[in-house]
Amino acid sequence: MREFHLYMAQRLSALVMAPFVLVHLGLIIYAIQGGLSAAEILGRTQGSVFWFLFYGMFVVAVSIHAALGLRTILGEWAGLRGRALDATAAVIGLGLFAMGAHAVYAVTAGGPA
Amino acid sequence: MTEETTIKVRVQRGTADDTPRFDRFEVPAHDSQTVLDVVSWIQQHADPGLTYRFACRVGMCGSCAMMVNGVPRWTCRTHVRKVLGDAAEIEIRPLRNLPVIKDLAADLDPFFDKWVAAEGRHHPTRTRHDPIAPVDPGSAERAQASAGIECINCAVCYAACDTVTGNPDYLGPAALQRAWTLFNDAKEADRDAILDAVTGPGGCTSCHSMGSCTAYCPNDLDPMSAIAGLKRAAARRYFRKAG
Ligand code: SF4
Ligand code: SF4
Ligand code: FES
Repeated sequence: MREFHLYMAQRLSALVMAPFVLVHLGLIIYAIQGGLSAAEILGRTQGSVFWFLFYGMFVVAVSIHAALGLRTILGEWAGLRGRALDATAAVIGLGLFAMGAHAVYAVTAGGPA
Repeated sequence: MTEETTIKVRVQRGTADDTPRFDRFEVPAHDSQTVLDVVSWIQQHADPGLTYRFACRVGMCGSCAMMVNGVPRWTCRTHVRKVLGDAAEIEIRPLRNLPVIKDLAADLDPFFDKWVAAEGRHHPTRTRHDPIAPVDPGSAERAQASAGIECINCAVCYAACDTVTGNPDYLGPAALQRAWTLFNDAKEADRDAILDAVTGPGGCTSCHSMGSCTAYCPNDLDPMSAIAGLKRAAARRYFRKAG
């Protein structure tokens, strides 16, 4: 049953990510209109609960989804099994989460100076 | 084709302990000649030590499957003309994804062990003393079950599946299709046991739905869709339990 929980976690995280990816892509196109500056981005994100939740949940979903996808690939291509496979996937997931959380914190913490 | 022409054939030789090597043969060509005819000719006229398997010669027993120019096929139902095409020679090897016993005979134990592991055995709803349960041939479940019952366990799909190659624990298309067939059988009593058996590591969730099994099954069966059915059934059970 544990294997199936992981399978469902990967499918459900994909479901969560789909709208995030679309909004994120739309936002990129919107943000580069008339040039891109750090001040403009930070002006939008700093102190914004919305963007904190948006990218915070995005990062969680990405960490789960990517770690589980790589778990499958490592199993089939690198022959990892059991504990070694799970530990490697956990490290990847936590690493992605740490980097993502750091980035989200950096752009949303604090108010406009 | 005339009697004088010959076919060039490369045949894999050796046991599980040897590094495989290839022997070359020239086999007289005939009309309507099958790959199994070629293998039999070699064994009868060139090298009596050649080991291979067959029984029915008409695509019913599933014992003659081999790799022919890299493709898993029933050799008894494959015409030389079909595989030769522009190729200069035919290469015949034992079925992929399975250990070799000797020459062209693959060891099918792992394949059949996985049928058992996938809970591919019937759990009866009644005993022999009860009246026979009626089966509605028109029901949607019966249509799903009937779609897979013509499987003859030839392991062609198993040899075609790259996921089996990458993950030796993967139950594979035939065993999972069998589980789906039973799951949809009106006379099956333990669907939970089936779902438990096919949702562990190496179960239905390992399938990448690329469809080599369905593309190569000589019986035109569709294990890929059967496995998708198992995934859906397991997901439904997951939400039922959660909700
Ligand atoms: S599904 Fe088709 S290819 Fe696979 S074992 Fe059955 S008959 Fe053979
Ligand atoms: S669809 Fe699934 S079972 Fe069929 S060949 Fe691909 S991975 Fe194997
Ligand atoms: S010999 Fe029986 S299927 Fe080919």
